[in-house]
Amino acid sequence: MTEQQSLFNYCLRLGDDALVQSYRLSEWCSSAPILEEDLALTNFALDMIGRAQALLSYAGTIEGKGRTDDDLAYKRGERQFYNHLITELPNGDFAFTIARILFISAFEYSYYNALQHSSDATLAAIAAKTIKEIKYHLSHASEWAIRLGNGTDESHGRLQRAINSLWMYTGELFEADEVEASLAKVNICPDAPQLRTNWKHQVESVLNEATVTIPKDEYMQTGSRLGIHTEYLGHILSEMQYLQRAYPEATW
Amino acid sequence: MVKSTHSKDEVLEILSVIPDPEIPVVSIREMGMLRDVLITDEGYEVILTPTYTGCPAMGIIEQDIKMTLDSKHVFPVKVKLVFDPAWTTDWMSSVAKRKLREYGIAPPVHSSCNLGVFEYNIIQCPQCNSSDTVLLSRFGSTACKSLYKCNSCKEPFEYFKCH
Ligand SMILES: [Zn+2]
Repeated sequence: MTEQQSLFNYCLRLGDDALVQSYRLSEWCSSAPILEEDLALTNFALDMIGRAQALLSYAGTIEGKGRTDDDLAYKRGERQFYNHLITELPNGDFAFTIARILFISAFEYSYYNALQHSSDATLAAIAAKTIKEIKYHLSHASEWAIRLGNGTDESHGRLQRAINSLWMYTGELFEADEVEASLAKVNICPDAPQLRTNWKHQVESVLNEATVTIPKDEYMQTGSRLGIHTEYLGHILSEMQYLQRAYPEATW
Repeated sequence: MVKSTHSKDEVLEILSVIPDPEIPVVSIREMGMLRDVLITDEGYEVILTPTYTGCPAMGIIEQDIKMTLDSKHVFPVKVKLVFDPAWTTDWMSSVAKRKLREYGIAPPVHSSCNLGVFEYNIIQCPQCNSSDTVLLSRFGSTACKSLYKCNSCKEPFEYFKCH
């Protein structure tokens, strides 16, 4: 891969992470346990759709074939999507959604903090904007995790089950294949494996306060950065891309 | 290329009337979203920065800019969205903050974005200036606001979050 191809692929990864998270969060619209949570989760979805737009537009610019953010969102198949597996899992219950936001936002908080210093000016600017939003996601999810863990036996049990089933999807966040290794070498992207220690401290301090048990590091799922996904991504895309597939080039 | 002969200051002046679509008492210039106007051989380029990455008002603002300039015979116009440097509530003018307060929205506390993940500011009630207020919801009607309640005058109010 040339550096241009690597950068294109990398922007798709970050853009797809934001796009698919946004999709899942949007599914909470009108279904959250309380009105304030409905607002919070859909606000997060909005942050992430904005981030996805910025990153996918930039990917299109890097590629130089005239593809827009919409082209990239609506006209790629499942195997050309590179979002982390953890982002595409169904929402589950509220505890599951909160645990997922906690794991991802704690990761993104370190990751985008580092990306602000990218040698790529566009990525650095997008990161500087995004980090402020991620801070809100992280504090909100942390507070909810602590509340659920210290709530009733029911809420505690649900949070524990969510943590247990999500854990094997967290390893992937800290992988770096040759694409990212080559970009890290020229300071375009952060060195993800290095961020895991910090992430674990952050997550542990929240989960300890929430009185839930932290799972052991055993088998970790992987594959998304090669376009290999769980069964769930295909279902997301069939709905998200329906209009463009049924009526190609339709516009408002 | 045919273009009109307005100066940068004239163009900025014309654009000063455009309100923030979500908070119409303040203009996009007072909000700090209108960054610059460049005049090139190609025409006028208006440099705009979004408050939030997902701000749904950006499309409307872009249209407002084009329509407003068109009505004043400023042409041709391009609007460019930039992310660098990232918009911060610290760019809001003091006039904008006063207008927000008068409108019933507590303005952002200066430089409060540098707080840690779990730190909070004390927010003054825009109605009675009491500091005895409580956060109801971190997220409100738009991405940029939180919901508060004043314990003194019992009024609920919105706070423009620091960013
Ligand atoms: Zn009051």
